[in-house]
Amino acid sequence: MKTKQTETFDKVHYKTKNNEPVIEITNLRKSFNNQEVLKDVSLKLFDGENLVVLGKSGSGKSVLIKCIVRLLNPDGGTISVFDENVMALQRNELNELRKKIGFLFQSGALYDSMTVKQNLEFPLRRIRKDLSEKDIKEKIAEVLENVGLPDAQNKMPSQLSGGMRKRISLARTIVVDPLIMLYDEPTTGLDPATSDEISLLINDVQTKYKTSSIIITHDIACARANANRIVLLLDGAIYKEGSLETFEHSTDPEIKSFFR
Amino acid sequence: MRKFTSVIKVKGFAVHHSRRLSETTLEKTQIASIFFAEVARVFLFITVLVRESFSRDFELREFFRQCFQIGYKTLPLVSVTGAIMGLVLTIQSRPVLVDFGAVSWLPGMVSVSLIKEMGPVITALICAGKIGSGMGAELGSMKVTEQIEAMEVSSINPMRFLVVTRVAAATLMIPLLILYADALGILGSWAGANIKGSVSFVLFFSQAFSPVDFIDFLPAVLKSFFFGAVIGLVGCYKGYNAGRGTESVGVAANSAVVMASLLVIIIDLIAVQITDMLLL
Ligand SMILES: Nc1ncnc2c1ncn2[C@@H]1O[C@H](COP(=O)(O)OP(=O)(O)OP(=O)(O)O)[C@@H](O)[C@H]1O
Ligand SMILES: [Mg+2]
Repeated sequence: MKTKQTETFDKVHYKTKNNEPVIEITNLRKSFNNQEVLKDVSLKLFDGENLVVLGKSGSGKSVLIKCIVRLLNPDGGTISVFDENVMALQRNELNELRKKIGFLFQSGALYDSMTVKQNLEFPLRRIRKDLSEKDIKEKIAEVLENVGLPDAQNKMPSQLSGGMRKRISLARTIVVDPLIMLYDEPTTGLDPATSDEISLLINDVQTKYKTSSIIITHDIACARANANRIVLLLDGAIYKEGSLETFEHSTDPEIKSFFR
Repeated sequence: MRKFTSVIKVKGFAVHHSRRLSETTLEKTQIASIFFAEVARVFLFITVLVRESFSRDFELREFFRQCFQIGYKTLPLVSVTGAIMGLVLTIQSRPVLVDFGAVSWLPGMVSVSLIKEMGPVITALICAGKIGSGMGAELGSMKVTEQIEAMEVSSINPMRFLVVTRVAAATLMIPLLILYADALGILGSWAGANIKGSVSFVLFFSQAFSPVDFIDFLPAVLKSFFFGAVIGLVGCYKGYNAGRGTESVGVAANSAVVMASLLVIIIDLIAVQITDMLLL
């Protein structure tokens, strides 16, 4: 099973320029009180690629990317990011690593005691200490423009709609220019037009900042727009991985259910 | 034959009871282990809190914001209760003192009981309700909506940013609120004394403070710092360790109030015992 997986890994490196993995996960296991969520997940994210992770609700997609930034501690297996073993890092080393990773939460996770502007400033001021006041202002205006909400600066999160929150949350993630992006369902709950905009934005982020991304999504339009490679998570393991075309033309019922 | 059945009966009885015993033992062990896990978690929380409190980057702005929040939110409540406390205490004690012909002791008696006991404890209980539950609910909802995790992935230490600042603010502000409540209590008492009979403010004031030494103040002020710390600590602990799902926010807020109020009373008991031992 595992050797087969690595074989496919080596064959597929579609748009990726070089074959360096930035994230390498092997035999990852994680369970919560007797409930095995991830049983044996091995996965590589190559430099500059967009990897789409498909999977049913509750299959452990969010758990997987939370393990990568060590918001959850795995029960077994190894995770390395930029050739560093995430599990072995000290607190300050982990913080340094986390500064390079952008994490878009499924729920948005906007700080609801702060305005939109403060939400964006909060990580920006702490992670990018090199920026001047003027740079910060420009940067915030720029990302808000990018997500299509230039006038939202002084709103509170409670005044925003669900889709707007999602977009602000995305803005907060990309404002610090991370090298790796982990998107947890970036387009869920948005109208088709906004979804397309977000998909384009994800594409822009990839080309402009040369980021490598893991995109968790159910939205096939988003997958079509961004995927360089797709993996399907099923029963706590990687069930199938391949290019968009192989997934689209697959006759496997597990895969077909996503590509209706 | 009869002998035999009784043996079986006894055996069945014994088996049944030993099974029940083992079941209860297992159950109790589980309860105990949950309890001890909780105790361990509390200690871990306090250890991390202390370590983070003495780290270099203290979040000063957030600290001041919290101080303002605590003061601003509770000031009206504390004012009203403080004044009424003094007023009621005066009105209630007056007839007794009149019987003994000791009305001139009234201000002193009221001020001593206000400063030493009523002021700190009642204000602390009110703060436990207002501030403790507020912190429990706020941090609890931040936990449930992944805001605390979001801080962590932005390499912002939520313990330092959220918890240290709140506990420090509560430790500083609640004693101030208590002193303020004491002062308003004495004002209320003066008002109460003026309902029947009249006494000038200056006279009342000098009478109120004649039996009070600095040494009487000290234990009360010291214990109010502990009240503040414990209210902040319990509120933050309950919120920070809230479970998943929205109902945990309510649970966190509720148990924060219950626990903080209980601890205030217990600390008061201990403080009284200690001062009693030291001063006599
Ligand atoms: N912190 C946790 N404690 C206990 N159980 C958890 C925790 N996090 C996740 N789980 C459980 O792990 C399973 C997978 O959750 P996860 O959030 O990863 O699903 P998902 O694939 O992201 O689903 P969705 O598409 O609905 O977001 C769920 O059954 C969930 O109950
Ligand atoms: Mg999820």
